[in-house]
Amino acid sequence: MEPRDTARIDTSRDDTSRRAFLGGAGLSLGSIALGSLLSKSARAAEVDAPVVPHHAPKAKRVIWLHMAGAPSHIDLFDPKPRLAELDRQPMPESFTKAERFAFIKGTPKILASPYRFARHGQSGGEVSELLPNFARIADKLTFVRSMHTTQFNHAPAQILLASGHERLGRPSFGSWASYGLGSMNQDLPAFVVLTSGKYGPDAGASLWSSGFLPSRHQGVRLRSQGEPVPFLTNPPGVDRVGRRNVLDALAKLNGIRLAEVGDPEIATRIAQYELASRMQTSVPELADLASEPESVKKRYGIDGDKPGFARNALLARRLLERGVRFVQLYHWGWDSHGTSPGDDIVTSLPERCRECEPASVALIEDLSERGLLDDTLVVWGGEFGRTPMNEERDGSTFLGRDHHPHAFTLVLAGGGIQPGITLGATDDFGYRVTEDPVSVHDLHATLLHQLGFDHEKLTFRSQGRDFRLTDVEGQVVRKILA
Amino acid sequence: MRDLAALLALGTLGSLPPDVPDFEREVRPIFAAHCVACHGPEKQKGGLRLDVADGAREAVRAGDPSHSALIERVTSDDPDERMPKGADPLSAAEIATLRTWIEAGANWPAEAASERVLSTHWAYQPIRRPPTPVLKDASGVRSPIDAFVRARLEAAGIQPSFETYIPTLWRRVSLDLTGLPPTWGPIEAQLIHEEPDAYERFVDELLASTAFAERRAQTWLDLARYADTNGYEKDERRTAWRWRDWVIDAYARNMRFDEFTVRQIAGDLLPDATLDDRIATGFHRNTLTNQEGGTDPEEFRVAAVVDRVNTTASVWLGTTMACAQCHSHKFDPFSHKDYYRFLSFFDSTEDVGNSLDPQIPAPTAAQALELARHEERFDAAEAELLGPDAEADQNEPGWLASAFAILDSKSPWGVFSPTTATAKNCTVLTALDDGSVLASGDQPGTDVYTLEGDVAPGADLLRLEALEDPSLPGEGPGRTKNGNFVLSDVAVEVLEGGLWRRLALAHAEADFEQVRAGPFTAAKTIDADRASGWAIWREDGTCRAQSLVVALAATVPSARIRVQLAFESTFAQHTLGRFRVSFASDPARAETIGLSPAETAALRADVRTEEQSALLHRLYRQRGSVTGRERAARVVDARAALEVYRAAIPTALVMRELPTPRTTHVLEKGRFLAPGEVVLPDTPAVLPPMPAGAPKNRLGLARWLVDPDNPLTARVQANRIWGDLFGTPLVTTVDDFGTRGERPSNPELLDWLAAELVESGWDMRALYRTIVLSATYRQSSVVRADLLEKDRANVQLARQSRPRLEVETLRDQALAIAGLLETKVGGPSVMPPQPDGVWAPVYSGDDWETAADSDRYRRGLYTFWRRGAHYLTFALFDATSRELACTRRARSNSPLQALALLDDPAFVECAAGLAQRMLREAGPADHQKLSHGFSVATLRMVDLEESRVLGRLLIQERARYAAQPDAAAALVASVRPALREGAPVEPVELAAWISIAQTLLNLDEVVTRN
Repeated sequence: MEPRDTARIDTSRDDTSRRAFLGGAGLSLGSIALGSLLSKSARAAEVDAPVVPHHAPKAKRVIWLHMAGAPSHIDLFDPKPRLAELDRQPMPESFTKAERFAFIKGTPKILASPYRFARHGQSGGEVSELLPNFARIADKLTFVRSMHTTQFNHAPAQILLASGHERLGRPSFGSWASYGLGSMNQDLPAFVVLTSGKYGPDAGASLWSSGFLPSRHQGVRLRSQGEPVPFLTNPPGVDRVGRRNVLDALAKLNGIRLAEVGDPEIATRIAQYELASRMQTSVPELADLASEPESVKKRYGIDGDKPGFARNALLARRLLERGVRFVQLYHWGWDSHGTSPGDDIVTSLPERCRECEPASVALIEDLSERGLLDDTLVVWGGEFGRTPMNEERDGSTFLGRDHHPHAFTLVLAGGGIQPGITLGATDDFGYRVTEDPVSVHDLHATLLHQLGFDHEKLTFRSQGRDFRLTDVEGQVVRKILA
Repeated sequence: MRDLAALLALGTLGSLPPDVPDFEREVRPIFAAHCVACHGPEKQKGGLRLDVADGAREAVRAGDPSHSALIERVTSDDPDERMPKGADPLSAAEIATLRTWIEAGANWPAEAASERVLSTHWAYQPIRRPPTPVLKDASGVRSPIDAFVRARLEAAGIQPSFETYIPTLWRRVSLDLTGLPPTWGPIEAQLIHEEPDAYERFVDELLASTAFAERRAQTWLDLARYADTNGYEKDERRTAWRWRDWVIDAYARNMRFDEFTVRQIAGDLLPDATLDDRIATGFHRNTLTNQEGGTDPEEFRVAAVVDRVNTTASVWLGTTMACAQCHSHKFDPFSHKDYYRFLSFFDSTEDVGNSLDPQIPAPTAAQALELARHEERFDAAEAELLGPDAEADQNEPGWLASAFAILDSKSPWGVFSPTTATAKNCTVLTALDDGSVLASGDQPGTDVYTLEGDVAPGADLLRLEALEDPSLPGEGPGRTKNGNFVLSDVAVEVLEGGLWRRLALAHAEADFEQVRAGPFTAAKTIDADRASGWAIWREDGTCRAQSLVVALAATVPSARIRVQLAFESTFAQHTLGRFRVSFASDPARAETIGLSPAETAALRADVRTEEQSALLHRLYRQRGSVTGRERAARVVDARAALEVYRAAIPTALVMRELPTPRTTHVLEKGRFLAPGEVVLPDTPAVLPPMPAGAPKNRLGLARWLVDPDNPLTARVQANRIWGDLFGTPLVTTVDDFGTRGERPSNPELLDWLAAELVESGWDMRALYRTIVLSATYRQSSVVRADLLEKDRANVQLARQSRPRLEVETLRDQALAIAGLLETKVGGPSVMPPQPDGVWAPVYSGDDWETAADSDRYRRGLYTFWRRGAHYLTFALFDATSRELACTRRARSNSPLQALALLDDPAFVECAAGLAQRMLREAGPADHQKLSHGFSVATLRMVDLEESRVLGRLLIQERARYAAQPDAAAALVASVRPALREGAPVEPVELAAWISIAQTLLNLDEVVTRN
């Protein structure tokens, strides 16, 4: 019933995978003819089929490492010698006139970065001393120094980056990817989210909402404590045999019902109970890192069983390996305002870098060694940048920077993006983009392009309108395509 | 109107030749979908418009498709020529439709001339009750509804389905109307007796139940985006449930839908608005508020107002106004300006984007009664205090005269010379000749001084003089270097029957009270807080002799007393160095203590105003006599009780209009920082205007929404009610009745229902009743093979549907089957069990507090709804986070749902409940227990094959648990809250039956409405 002008349905592909997973489940359905059940369930599942790509894709999957709170581009990626010359002098009024800041009041003072920058690798990519591992693999990375956004508060900016719109209610990128690409593994969801740090991201679960897309496209957060998927474990006392007994009886009774009532939805329900049962095995296997060699865990910097970003990075690799389309990581704590050592650029920022950078690089190298990097898009960065001025909230003496939507840096790797280049530039203060500006919609358009989609054609009808991830904007950034 | 008549004729009689496409239904949608974006009201590329008849003439030669530019362009092979440009070509069927239309004369129905924007779109035409079609075969028809459905089935050559089996029908209607399953008893009775009107009576019972109101409210909460938190980053709690309970109450009273609407949109603006009317406006206070630091309140106020516009348009008008927020609607006749005119109705309320105000105290009916009782008690105490008292009145002038006389007098105090003066710690107290006491010795951190001696009975005033003394470190009065002290507590005790009894103290005041770091007031020496106290440090850094006067509540009854002075504040060594205690016994003197400036002025006035006389009358009554004091004490108690009760009363978020309306601007591209042209409130030009003289405010708007001339509201609401009862509404795009939405599957039926709703006086309950009594509703839901071929999506309604139950209903049904359901109605939202850590990703320290009592088993609509992390099982079953209105929930079928129904402890507890019912309520044999459980869960008899499957499962599970008694014990222990008290269970047996119950609760037949 849903008119999808641009989305033709590939039933053959869906049919095959469904047959494969039903067949593999050893389902015993008594007197029900398996053939008829399958054809009915395949028809019931038509709406579930992915969209045919608009062109040959360069990437099959995405891993997005979101540094929630927004890391400072000035201290990590975008060196500005001019700031050192003018350190602690008032910021020229031409910048701050009529500007709204989240916290800065009065005339703010320039704050030079306390960190040294250098060029690395053959490409000469520039990062500060806080990121020694990024420096090591600079030739594999693409730096987009000309990102900008429209939102200067965390929740709206995160929602914009996740869904292409600053308010709640639109599907997130991962949901679009699940809708457009479907799943490559019938035992796992297509869109998985992992969070780490003291808190979750500011905008919460809305960041992986499927919005108006069917709910099966919503991100499934694997929890780092307790069960990775809700209700994965049998009730106490119910073992595999007991569960099998119940599922067999249930399948038989539902099969009898199907024969009487003829509703294909019953066949889908039988299949979903079987998939649920397989997830009880596949998900714990996925989340159990015991099979990973110590050397791998060490490389990621995993500390025993402690939850955290490093562990999530390795889980991300395992998810990508198993065919999950879109893995989204959030790590809390990059909001370097400078109200205390807990959120400044002297103590807190280096801590966040130590937590995230080695594991991020280990993930990229690991993907590369396994031959997965070529068709996996890696995105690393926050929801906006930080001011070149010291925030000095209520006279704080700790050094920190306020929210800054006009310019920030994002790091990309893999997925057919040209490695070893730096796109765009900001002015002498790192305040505004001066070359090759890239909006959030441009970024989305580019990533969708790599996944095989024309961002203007990947649409879904809701409230009388064909919605897209890029809303009504977005241009593919061709300069960074390999 | 001509085309509407044609449309009706087409639908009901099928009289037009089938190969001429209907313009509105078949041709215009093609233009709307593919052409109008570039050739419409906004853009007219190449000068062409395909939204008005005049514009199309250029491209269409009537009767000659081959020479019409329209056909040439949509069929061209040249990619630069082919339309729509840059998009997929039209389908062969669409091109064929256009060809046939042009061939038949390219009839474009004329639009009548008027000042209004005109549209021939079906949804904007007036609602007229269509004539009931005449059928070839009218057997089994119960209602005009059936005639409308059957007419289409006859035309399509499809047979309707038979009336379903009694148990299925009763379960269906019960779940649809109340969200709860019926009990087996009445169904069994009906199976035996087959009384002709039993179904009607059953329906009436269901409609009259509170459960019906709760079920309807459950849907309305989705539309109203009701939640118990604020949304955005902080997502803190709010008290919103009084509005939710208002909705339940409105449905329970069968409030007319027009009233239901007006009160929620503009109850505050009704003349003589009641508390309930104000609470009702909470509908639009369910918007989000953003309390993140650095938030611009105006930005989020505008966001909330925009949401109110979009929600109103979507819930009442079935219109996607949201498109017009940034630009004129591309497909429907709503301009950018229309949008802001409509927004202007909502633009002048007090609320802002980062606060919950305005909120009002909103006692429930029971609380209002109790509150009134408290107020009565208080009023009565007041009345008693000021009431007739001849004897007192006689004494009043004299008392006031003496009070005036002693206002400035310095009558002698009787010095209290203690016979003993001791300290609890190491202070040494020495009585001096002048009756004062001097402290010396080691300086303790804290101490309590006790003075014992005799006083003339009748004394009721104590004075403590803190005196300076050169022997003290700062020359006194305190023992600290700066001479300060903190007197934390004063007590006066009398010896009675060998025991010390503490006397009540009424009042304390001092010549001077330290403010800095305090205040350290005299009153703190007689309050309940033993650590707080009176201190005397002055802003010039010195401490001087000061005195404190304490009034006793009653006179000292006997001579032997003791006075205790405590220095037990957190300020170490702040004890007193030299002091003297005196007593006085003039009652008048006691009463002049602590007079307010107004009272003092009244006493001093030569000529007293009426107000002053009243003030002094009251003063006298409060203090002038023993009975007066007793009465005054009752006033104090009554007031305290009233205040305590008032503080516990829930609040409600309400709409409140600003005294001066805001000026509304068109916002360019919807950005709040880009205000454009000023607009005044008005309704969209395509819809009938507001009646002349109607106020151009929310109240006027609310009344306009439910004006019988409004073509949308009744259709939208009737469509929603239909959807509640058939799983799929007649217009599947419930929030889009525009050109891009789906057309009604049966337009005449929709109009008949809408007319029925309006003409019945907007009686929602009556419409539910009419529909569920129809033969169409009562049909079997079996998916016949011929229907799977001819009408797979069941558009023509030759059968009933089989929707999966909404998650709240799934939960309520499981609790009811388990015998665990707590049916309490209303009140604060509750927290049934859910896995730990669901709230962890939200940026806040708030915790889920799992209910330990019967709140565990309340109906799903009472579950606490946190926007940032709503109840886990609900989230898995398509409940949205309610950040925005949800007009129709998705109905997904996912593996995570299977896991939830099998493993969520809430459902396992339900299985335990059902297992116990099987063991307890049925006969001794296994097959009796099995068939009982089956009937309880499915409301039908188990058949032989099903019985065999379950019997085998029972044998397997019994054997498994018998071999692993520990496993059985673990399972039983995990469901302890669901176990009946005083009914001992054998764990192995109960565990095996829990497996049966789990199977039953997960049956497709049980999770589906059949």
